[in-house]
Amino acid sequence: MTKQTIRKHIRQIVGGDLKTVDLLIEHLHRINDHFGCLPKPYLAVLAELMGKASVEVYEVASFYHHFAIVDQVPVDQRVTIRVCTSTSCCLAGGEELHRELQKMPLDQKRFIVEGAPCVGRCEQAPVAVVQQNPIPFASIETVLRAIENQQFTHPKALPERPHFCPVEIVESAAGQAPIELTTHPSWVGLSQYEKYGGYTRVDAIRNGSVRHEVVMDMLESSALRGLGGAGFPVGKKWRIVSSHAGPRYMAVNLDEGEPGTFKDRTFLERDPHRFLEGMLIAQEVVGVNRCYIYIRDEYHGCRQILQDALTELVEAKFIEADLVQIRRGAGAYICGEESAMIESIEGKRGEPRHRPPYVAEVGLFGRPTLVHNFESLYWVRDITQRGADWFDAFGRHDRRGLRSFSVSGRVKSPGVKIAPAGISVVELIQEYCGGMTDGHTFYGYMPGGASGGILPADLGSVPLDFDTLQPYGCFIGSAAVVVLSEADRARDAALNVMQFFQHESCGQCTPCRVGCGASAQLMQDRTWDLKALGDLGNVMRETSICGLGQAAPNAVACVERYFNSEVTNGPR
Amino acid sequence: MAHVDTVNLVRFVLNGQEVDVPDGSTLLAVARDQGCTIPALCYREGCRPDGNCRACVVDIENERVLAPSCRRTVTEGMVVWTDSDRVQRSRKMVLNLLAMEGGRIGLPVNEAVAESELSQWLHTFGIQPSSYLSRLHQQSDAIDQSHPAFTFDASTCINCDRCVRACQEEQVNGVIGVSGRGADTQIIFGLDDRVIDSPCVACGECVQACPTGALRLPEMVVKQSQHKVDSVCPYCGVGCALTFAVEANQIIAVEGRDGPANHQRLCVKGRFGFNYIANPNRLTQPLIRRHDAPKNPEILSQADLGQFDWRTLFREATWEEALDAAAGGLRRIRDQHGPNALAGFGSAKCSNEEAYLFQKLVRTGFGSNHVDHCTRLCHASSVAALLECIGSGAVSNQVQDVLHADVAFLIGCNPTVNHPVAATWMKNAINQGTTLIVADPRVTEISRYATDFLQIKPGSDIALINAMLYVILNQKLVDQEFIETRVDGFAEFKKHIQLFSPEMMAPICGVPSEEIVSAATRYATAERAMIFWGMGVSQHTHGTDNVRALIALAGITGQFGRPGTGLHPLRGQNNVQGASDAGLIPMMFPNYQPVTDPDAHDWFETFWGHSLCSQAGLTVVEIMSRVEHPDSEKERMRGLYVMGENPAMSDPDLTHARSALAHLEHLVVQDIFLTETALLADVVLPASAWPEKTGTVTNTDRMVQLGRIAVQPPRGAQADLWIIQQLATRFDLNWCYTGEYHGVGAVFEEMRTAMGAPFSGISWQRLQEEQSVVYPCASEGEAGQGVVFIDRFPTASGRMRLVPTEYKGPTVSVDPEYPMAMITGRVLEHWHTGSMTRRAPVLHQINPIPLISMHPQDAESMDIKNDDAVLIRSRQGELAAQVRIDEAIAVGSLFMPFAFYEAAANMLTSDALDPTGKIPEFKHTPVSIEKTTMRPVCSGYSV
Repeated sequence: MTKQTIRKHIRQIVGGDLKTVDLLIEHLHRINDHFGCLPKPYLAVLAELMGKASVEVYEVASFYHHFAIVDQVPVDQRVTIRVCTSTSCCLAGGEELHRELQKMPLDQKRFIVEGAPCVGRCEQAPVAVVQQNPIPFASIETVLRAIENQQFTHPKALPERPHFCPVEIVESAAGQAPIELTTHPSWVGLSQYEKYGGYTRVDAIRNGSVRHEVVMDMLESSALRGLGGAGFPVGKKWRIVSSHAGPRYMAVNLDEGEPGTFKDRTFLERDPHRFLEGMLIAQEVVGVNRCYIYIRDEYHGCRQILQDALTELVEAKFIEADLVQIRRGAGAYICGEESAMIESIEGKRGEPRHRPPYVAEVGLFGRPTLVHNFESLYWVRDITQRGADWFDAFGRHDRRGLRSFSVSGRVKSPGVKIAPAGISVVELIQEYCGGMTDGHTFYGYMPGGASGGILPADLGSVPLDFDTLQPYGCFIGSAAVVVLSEADRARDAALNVMQFFQHESCGQCTPCRVGCGASAQLMQDRTWDLKALGDLGNVMRETSICGLGQAAPNAVACVERYFNSEVTNGPR
Repeated sequence: MAHVDTVNLVRFVLNGQEVDVPDGSTLLAVARDQGCTIPALCYREGCRPDGNCRACVVDIENERVLAPSCRRTVTEGMVVWTDSDRVQRSRKMVLNLLAMEGGRIGLPVNEAVAESELSQWLHTFGIQPSSYLSRLHQQSDAIDQSHPAFTFDASTCINCDRCVRACQEEQVNGVIGVSGRGADTQIIFGLDDRVIDSPCVACGECVQACPTGALRLPEMVVKQSQHKVDSVCPYCGVGCALTFAVEANQIIAVEGRDGPANHQRLCVKGRFGFNYIANPNRLTQPLIRRHDAPKNPEILSQADLGQFDWRTLFREATWEEALDAAAGGLRRIRDQHGPNALAGFGSAKCSNEEAYLFQKLVRTGFGSNHVDHCTRLCHASSVAALLECIGSGAVSNQVQDVLHADVAFLIGCNPTVNHPVAATWMKNAINQGTTLIVADPRVTEISRYATDFLQIKPGSDIALINAMLYVILNQKLVDQEFIETRVDGFAEFKKHIQLFSPEMMAPICGVPSEEIVSAATRYATAERAMIFWGMGVSQHTHGTDNVRALIALAGITGQFGRPGTGLHPLRGQNNVQGASDAGLIPMMFPNYQPVTDPDAHDWFETFWGHSLCSQAGLTVVEIMSRVEHPDSEKERMRGLYVMGENPAMSDPDLTHARSALAHLEHLVVQDIFLTETALLADVVLPASAWPEKTGTVTNTDRMVQLGRIAVQPPRGAQADLWIIQQLATRFDLNWCYTGEYHGVGAVFEEMRTAMGAPFSGISWQRLQEEQSVVYPCASEGEAGQGVVFIDRFPTASGRMRLVPTEYKGPTVSVDPEYPMAMITGRVLEHWHTGSMTRRAPVLHQINPIPLISMHPQDAESMDIKNDDAVLIRSRQGELAAQVRIDEAIAVGSLFMPFAFYEAAANMLTSDALDPTGKIPEFKHTPVSIEKTTMRPVCSGYSV
């Protein structure tokens, strides 16, 4: 293959703007979607066309796990089957499924079977993703069938849902109908969304009948805090970002990678416009020139829905075509960290930045940037419509606000449960999840995904909210609750979590790059060397650049504190 | 690096004590200043701090996690602890983790690793490998020894990324990167290639930067207690400061030194190409030609010249005998045929002192002004035009001024290959926002960064530049005030330029008129714009015109006299500037005083105490042509003294040049190797290599820099300075230079007096202390002037001249018989005629074969594939070479380096000269090319 041929082919596949360097990852996706991998000769030519050195492109491509770099152009499109091996899927037999699939007589030159970190579909565990097609409640049969039938793309979702309202769901409390467990539910299109009062808020703000200041005050006085995990008060953030001179950008974090979390996916699959309205309200009030939506690559269906919903808005002349850009992740949990996400949007390796300065002041392309989790924006419309007090009125055990808990693991009815903030896990299981799975006794739980630690059953009444779990060495994070039973061991969950962090560490700083792997090794000993793990945990907590390294030792510390017998005298 | 504001002080508390420091200081710098011992691995002085190793963390009160002191700046009221228990616990653990990752777990290690910064820090903090970490270490076998210059041992890498910053941000070579993620993170070269297969140019910056020994020299290791000598690189005009590491009279390594031109940076030649001096074929005994060995230039076309047995041509002699023979032969010719029968080719690679004495010998001893050196083949046309228009041939602004330029216009130069460290400053400037315009027939590496890339047809420079002048004049983008106060000849010039519209010039130079307009506008509207050029501009029969036009470009836009403006003809040789300044040229005494000027003539007659010829002498090519084809017998050139030059490879039309050399009645060659020229000599005098001498050289930036003797020359070879003085005594010249190293200091002081004003402030003593001083330098207490022509030009009127130029293409155009335009030039690893670099093992290994580069389109049309053998013919000669297909070459042209005797490119070039500068047209030779079955042999030299 000559360079000329490759140049021509790249121009064809990539289309778009080869000179815009921050589109590098988008361009790599086009090539990767085409071949199922990235052939080196293509990387070299892409670099040349983009005015970069080959190594610069290689650095970025090799960072992201969804890009497989190969020496030559493959004969057939390469197909990757990713079997989730994170906690919830493990509880549902994900590891066995992975092992079985590896034994299958598939053409190894074409089909690659990989263990993968949480794909954000824990309520449908175990999950295998065949190229871009997610197989829920996967079995060997269903996975092989998808491969045989060459079903490699995500099933298309249609805008045929008449209505979806999270407020109605939360207000019906424990009586809320479970959200249907499917891979491609229909969603509420623009006209239906408008029928139920959609976009009236942003209209009002745009035409001045509701003043920016009023909206800003509302958000500031509400209890709405960042729902991705960091918990920074939303209104305060708007205030800070708008105080810095423009141009300003917004980056929406749809990377939803915290194991056990699937709320953003769930809402986006059904109700994209409520989020977009929240985003546009924020854009208007804070004064943002352009919005970037960073969506994890695994959410192929959602990406399409977003594109379709945005097209609806552009065609309705509600927004300019270049106001909102979608950027695809490429298999890196760390890109859920806000500064790493920004690096990724800039077309680079997703390595978290050093702070100070904070992204509100120096963010995307060096400009003040408003970063929000999808869900934080999802509630903005309703808060501005119903008032801060409405939101604050929710809450249990003296806490304020509501929370979308992604519940999975040993419960009868896993899924997204919109419940009052402060609810305890026991209450959640009993009132919202139909109780524990038959034959399983409550043993422990992870209140905040992989980063939030592990608590025992006898701490099952602790209110789940920001600030309530810290005294126990845990935190709520993205409210991803994974329920464990007597059939499970906390040490296994902790090891699973540490291996997850080992897999996802960006590798920048010594404590995390070396510490995660060292810890994982030590955690495989029958009896844990608690002193050594303590030293590793301490240096990771104290000196890691970002939250991944800082939080990685949490599960270890919890096991030592609450499940000590599991690791000191051999298995329980 | 944080900008340090020395006016504002900030108060903070460090380890319980209040300290006031300049605003912007980093915690690491302050703490170390205060005597704290803080380890830091990924931090490198002078580079962007990355803060990834975490060894330097400190405790800032009220912050949840420890902070990297290399990155954090002091703020008012900060409270910092550098040695609390909390810090110590983490610091120790970090060092432990680094020890594990870096393979320091009790296994035996390589010396470079044992002496590395990491090892030193581990020792300082008493880090013992902990047992559980030891068993976790994964021994890696990944040692890459594919490259002769250095080894990459990934097993001891700690991912500090200093090499990445060195390669991507400092040298901007874009080779090294970080691939993968997490614990799989690794340093890679290119597309995860072996080093030798990657685009690595072996600048060695990464080796210099590496704190663990993962990137290290292959065998020998620099021990900390080594004897070290500071000096300057002998290769190009950038003049990088370096340090020789010496053991037992051998240079075992070179380190970059923080000199004003390079700040520790070097290129592959300077860093890894020093070993030519230890080549087994160094000349160690004077040689006299045997009576039974006639001079036959045909031997130079032998394929295995490198293994040639010199005993068939020469016999060894003592120094007494050889010097007597050398001088005697020259004297005899002078006495019999007059001074015009003698000439001298001095060296642009020897010191200023050697150049000065050489021209003094020729002028007083030989009695003529027929003294010249390779500037004639280089920037002669540039200097001619510059002297004519602005009164001075030296650069107006130094290389690093590019960091102050808004626009840099590079024309006819290839700095990443020929001035690599200078190119790094250009790339740094571009990364900081400087806009680049490049004009060249080839797609050079640096053009990748250009906003305007003008791919001109070879030899069409005037068409382009005049068209740019047209745009600037007609769009009124001129600097009116500058023109009125400092420029002569504007009105006539403007009228003349009207003939050169972009629309008319576009088809001639091959650049679309919109691009010409864009580039011209960009240059003219820049606040600060700087022009760099090289051989692409000068080595033409219209080279002088090319430079006249460039001077006009800067003149009409007022781009003079301020930082980031001006003209910079990139000087090739390490001392071509100095050699010219010292008068090693036929038409001028030291400091460009014309020999025809009565005042200068009288002054030098007095100063040197000797009568002097008052006629301008002949230039290099003219001298050669007078050997066989003089205008009359009286004019025949018969005797030549050559020091450190190799015209049998560097002159154009080698068949004639070599024949001329062979026809000399008496040829004396003083060199370190038996070069192609020396093989035609009557007497060969073994001389000293650069690291074997003390002397000064002047780089392209007008920095006069001191080189110090680091090793003794091989037994039998002598210092050039001594040899010239010995010859002088045999010409009855009563020179007396006392002091160390053959009186070099005294020679310098005499030369300084001869140079006059520019050297007023530069004494030998000052050079000993400061090692590098810029001229012009008015007094010893001041620094020299980096930027010149601030208020006036050194012309009689103080103003500059605009000289209009006609479009003349190359002297001989391509035609159906010779349809392709061949361009000669250099390659990164080899210097000029290859006499030094092809005898340096590492350089030879990297680049052993002469290749002729051609565009894939041309290759395809002739059914030529990569690595095929081809026969190239011109009106002057023919040669065989191997083809390399290269998209960077323009369609219809070819490129060939002139460093390889097996395929000596100058066999093909012609001796047509620029009428003013007398420089040959190396950059355009019509040739034909065809496939051949004759496989070119490439033997190299013994290494």
